[in-house]
Amino acid sequence: MNNRLKVLRAERDWSQSDLADRLAVSRQSVNAIETGKYDPSLPLAFRIAELFGLPIEDIFTSPTKG
Amino acid sequence: MRMNPAQKRYVRRVFVSMACYLLTLSVALHYVGGGHVTGPLAYLLALLPGLSVIGVFWAVGRLLIEERDEFQRMLLIRQSLVATAFALSIATVWGFLEAVSLVPHIDAYFIAILWFAGLGIGSLVNWLTLGTTGGCR
Repeated sequence: MNNRLKVLRAERDWSQSDLADRLAVSRQSVNAIETGKYDPSLPLAFRIAELFGLPIEDIFTSPTKG
Repeated sequence: MRMNPAQKRYVRRVFVSMACYLLTLSVALHYVGGGHVTGPLAYLLALLPGLSVIGVFWAVGRLLIEERDEFQRMLLIRQSLVATAFALSIATVWGFLEAVSLVPHIDAYFIAILWFAGLGIGSLVNWLTLGTTGGCR
């Protein structure tokens, strides 16, 4: 699933480790999500959306539209 | 890679289990294998190394339950499934070959060794497909 995580992270000047710490996950998890190798669960997607203060659909592109 | 609390507990549990394994194996080999002990006590001493190895399986199971990072949990599940498929496949094929006397007999505990080797293969599969090993080390 495509997403804007890398862009949003870069706008805040956060490293993958910074974002991982804020989400309480491993840096490998952030990297896997950013590169589209892993789709987060709905609870984690909500945590990501709440951290950036955006709706989920502004971060993750629906597979049917992407 | 930094270890989270669940992974630290896993490493500690595996270390304790393996220490128990080495200790109980040497005791079983000396007292039971050497013929110094017989009867129920011999059975008990001979069981202990196997129970220690079960401790490692339990540690893997606890890590699956306690791991809070869902991506790491998925890596461990994939790794365990590869290990299970690897061990059961070889055990099954070997069993049929052994039944018709084409290969020598192998003690059943080798299935556990195959499973541990399978964890390594599972880790490699994770690395090749997802770019990270994760899971059990």
